[in-house]
Amino acid sequence: MLFLRTGIAKLVRVPSLLNAQTVALALSESLAELSKVQNAAELRSAKGQLVGENSAISRLNSLIKDLPSNEKAEAGKLVGAARAELMAAFESKATELEAVESVALLAAETVDLTAAPQILRRGARHPLSLLMDQVSEVFVGMGWEIADGPELENEWFNFDALNFHPDHPARAMQDTFFVAPVDAHLLLRTHTSPVQVRSLLDRELPVYVLCPGRVFRTDELDATHTPVFHQVEGLAIDKGLTMADLRGTLEHFARVMFGPEAQIRLRPSFFPFTEPSAELDVWHPAAKGGPRWVEWGGCGMVNPNVLLAAGIDPEVYSGFAFGMGIERTLMFRNGVTDMRDMVEADVRFSEQFGSVI
Amino acid sequence: MKVPLSWLAEFVDLGENKTPQDVMAQLVRVGLEEEGAHGGGLKGPIVVGEVLEFVEEPQANGKTIRWCQVRVSSSGADAVRGVVCGARNFFVGDKVVVTLPGAELPGGFQIAARKTYGHVSDGMIASSRELGLSDEHEGILRLSEIGLDPEVGTDAIKLLGLDESAAEVNVTPDRGYALSIRGVAREFSHATGHAFTDPISKVSPQNGTGFALKVLDSAPIHQTPGCARFLLLGVEGINASAQVPDWMRNRLKLAGMRSISIAVDITNYVMLELGQPLHAYDVSKLTGGITVRRATAGEKLETLDGKVRLLDQEDLLISDESGPIGIAGVMGGASTEVTDSTTSVMLEAAVFDPISIARSARRHKLPSEASKRFERGVDPELAPFAAARAAQLLIELAGGKLSGVGAEFNEVTKRPGIAMELSFPERHVGVAYSQAEIVSSLEAIGAQVEIKGDVLHAVAPSWRPDITHKTDLVEEVARLVGYDKIPATIPVAPPGRGFTPRQQYRRRVLAAMTGAGFVEVLNYPFVSGQENQSFSGASGIELENPIQSERSQLRRSLLPGLIQAASRNLSRGFANLALIEEGSVFLDAKSQGPKVLPVGNQRPSVETLQILNDSIPAQPRQLAGLALGEWIEAKLGVTGVSAGYPQMLDAVAQAVSLAGASYELVQTEIPGLHPGRAAKVLVSGEVVGHVGELHPDLALVNHLPRRVGVFELNLDKIFALAPDLVLAGEVNPMPAATQDISLLVDQSVPAAVIAKSLISGAGELLEDLQLTDDYRGQGISEGQKSLTFALRFRAKDRTLTQAEVTVARDAAVLMAAEQHGAELRSL
Repeated sequence: MLFLRTGIAKLVRVPSLLNAQTVALALSESLAELSKVQNAAELRSAKGQLVGENSAISRLNSLIKDLPSNEKAEAGKLVGAARAELMAAFESKATELEAVESVALLAAETVDLTAAPQILRRGARHPLSLLMDQVSEVFVGMGWEIADGPELENEWFNFDALNFHPDHPARAMQDTFFVAPVDAHLLLRTHTSPVQVRSLLDRELPVYVLCPGRVFRTDELDATHTPVFHQVEGLAIDKGLTMADLRGTLEHFARVMFGPEAQIRLRPSFFPFTEPSAELDVWHPAAKGGPRWVEWGGCGMVNPNVLLAAGIDPEVYSGFAFGMGIERTLMFRNGVTDMRDMVEADVRFSEQFGSVI
Repeated sequence: MKVPLSWLAEFVDLGENKTPQDVMAQLVRVGLEEEGAHGGGLKGPIVVGEVLEFVEEPQANGKTIRWCQVRVSSSGADAVRGVVCGARNFFVGDKVVVTLPGAELPGGFQIAARKTYGHVSDGMIASSRELGLSDEHEGILRLSEIGLDPEVGTDAIKLLGLDESAAEVNVTPDRGYALSIRGVAREFSHATGHAFTDPISKVSPQNGTGFALKVLDSAPIHQTPGCARFLLLGVEGINASAQVPDWMRNRLKLAGMRSISIAVDITNYVMLELGQPLHAYDVSKLTGGITVRRATAGEKLETLDGKVRLLDQEDLLISDESGPIGIAGVMGGASTEVTDSTTSVMLEAAVFDPISIARSARRHKLPSEASKRFERGVDPELAPFAAARAAQLLIELAGGKLSGVGAEFNEVTKRPGIAMELSFPERHVGVAYSQAEIVSSLEAIGAQVEIKGDVLHAVAPSWRPDITHKTDLVEEVARLVGYDKIPATIPVAPPGRGFTPRQQYRRRVLAAMTGAGFVEVLNYPFVSGQENQSFSGASGIELENPIQSERSQLRRSLLPGLIQAASRNLSRGFANLALIEEGSVFLDAKSQGPKVLPVGNQRPSVETLQILNDSIPAQPRQLAGLALGEWIEAKLGVTGVSAGYPQMLDAVAQAVSLAGASYELVQTEIPGLHPGRAAKVLVSGEVVGHVGELHPDLALVNHLPRRVGVFELNLDKIFALAPDLVLAGEVNPMPAATQDISLLVDQSVPAAVIAKSLISGAGELLEDLQLTDDYRGQGISEGQKSLTFALRFRAKDRTLTQAEVTVARDAAVLMAAEQHGAELRSL
């Protein structure tokens, strides 16, 4: 390095005569020196000596002005050609050395990304909350709206308006959480159906709403029961709706949730707020342990008494309703085997879903 | 309802359906859901044997076995067999059940001659459990114990009904009639089209007269008299200790009822067969006539289960001159019970108000087979047939005769007809039912049908109290023709508005929070009064019937739930946590609601709806978060960051800004939070939540580390206070001028307060202000701090001069000086 920094001028003899020979010599010596340069840093420091102000070729160029004017043109051509050749060689050398340098730099910059730390925390949604959101999106896609209502309800909305007779066993203490004192008629809703009643009271007809939410029954927590759980219920009231519309809606819903192979089956049943009523089974093609029928929910044509409670003429309007448990859906859809996992708030349970259900 | 198949087959042709599973598969199609199969599953030869002799042989393993000689047939080479038996509860001369080689017991257990304990055991003496008769009995079944003394060699399968099996189906509350063989047989016929014979067609009603009967009701419930029909029929000269025939005992057992005595078994048998609960009184124990009435205050009755019960004035009673002798439809009294010495009985077949019976059964915690049927409604036409059928069986099996004594009260009202346009089923279900399908379905369920023009008039059968409206008729048509015939169409909803802005806000917040590293949890809303006090300074709504008495209130804050969740995760080894919950809290109601609710089948007035809604406590949706441990864990190449209030402040900023609102913090004390590390969050001057650090005392009692960051926000309120629409301002291209200032202020003055002064003092040229340093210590007097702010100024229309900026800055400092004694620090 030291040698080059100070030494090139010595090695490339600075000519004092300008003729074809000295130009050729200066060029060949300069090219020879250039070829010895090993790396980009050397090249940068040697630039002045090889092609700069003090270089042999520049020196020759500066001699042109002292020549007789009839020789100037010839000499200019000569020096110009030599300078062009040298510059081209220099540029090519520079490109070559920079490429080498760049490769070396990239190699030096290598880090083991597999050992790199993660800094951002990764959060996770609760799968029940995600599943309710997903169901809501299916129905919003069909033009339905999502309705909400209070979890602590007046008994009228939870039972009376839904054609539950005042002596219906579901109103007895064993199923329903009542607020003390009981004659205040406040309870934790036992289903999301009071939201349906509110939708009928508050909205303009026709009504197509989905009501997702939390509901409560006085069951002890075990692998298949929890006193606090979630439901989605759908309600459609319009002119001329039939049970075939119910079936079509549920079939579409089932296929979105369980794949295009999914099917549904209706079995006669009983609910106070629908007539006819049916149990809903779904053919789950991707069930753990093979495709099978699974009990999914209940449904039916809205009982005329429910329409009357909202002041709707059942001779003009009809409609259907359906409901299913979100916990149960999550269990058989995503292979959760113990309901306690959904209520214990263990971060591992939510983290395995992340934001995908 | 457990249905023995042989019993079912008496009234409907089972056809190819041989097993309980086959029968259930048919019934589920008409709405009787399958619950399970019982009995059956064994194969002969299983015969009656007599123990001739045995030798007890102690074994090396400590057991003693019996080497028995058992006669299993009256003659022949193999008439006496050697059998090894491990049980020792039988005697020489006992008749027992012997399973011979080749037999198979429930569970696929094969019987073969085998060598054991030094003998070849040529069969097995069976226990009740091995025969599938009982779960309790470990020892050998001695036939004398169940009152049997059959011939040796008798087929025990037929004798004990061991090959009988039953299908169990779930009966929905509207189908009370299906709690009978009669009802299930009818349904089976609906499902298969097979011929059905109504059991009552084989019975002729019988009358008795001359017995004093009064039916009174001083306090009907919902204006419905407690008793619509009450029939008494006397049978005398019975042998109450007569043996219950095998077939009856076996059927009762399969149906889930225990055999008690001939008279009681007959009443139960008829109830199971027809669906009419019956009661038998010992005539000699009755005092005078019978009166049906409501109880009077303080009356007591000893019921058949031996318990003395204090009666309620709402209980409907059967009484005689001695007082109460039964709670109507629920349980009879001990004083008039039929015993082995009874010779004359009075049979009762009645129709009671379902609600009255349901209330009494619940009140006395006495759900019985009778009350179950009365609650769901008993066929009011059944009483004379059921009484006659029971009398007929008593005569047949216990040797009695009709006494001619009896009475009847009958105020059953005729059912109104239901009109239905013939086009209605199609309009409601979407299947083009033919008139023939509609009529034949309704006639099949027992309705009387008449057609006038386009309208069908139907009178529902007496056993179907649930059918009151034309939609009920439609259900019958739909289920009999089959729900599988219903096509699928998708209704087109009117153009929807998508998620509401409020719903979108919730989704944005949850996505942002989980994106920031929080894990969403969903906690129960049940907390203790103490927890509500700690976090809201108030008591919460109290539940009448909580699951856990120590968590009897509804939460006023989401934090107690998050703390419990954090504790649980910590105990499972997760020390770095960031949890979030979005959910309701339960505050106070505007006013009390009415004691009596409006009726269910009409729309309440606007005022009544308002009163109902005002009775419901406010339930804002809140968002709360909690973080503890490390927010960022220290590891190779990363400096750790502790979790605490800083991330909570970020979360608050994020949650508020996602509504399009801005907020300010006011440092203050908050219940449940660290007194020196808490601030309330305000939007448009209203408190919307708080943020800071959990009070270390609460952290300690919940086994959490000392530093726990928490926040809680009322999302409903933030959303309500946020602008509905963002109106764009101008983006100003003029250059900015910046100035840093350091102010000396008292340590007790929060930075936000100083910032507010600076902003108001600086005027409209100030575009932005950031706190960049809070220095205390050397060079600053005790009790003071130095706050450094970076100020950015910009004018709308020009490049600011240095002089203009200095004027604005000095005005800002002056305001802070005037309001809070701030002093510009010379650097």
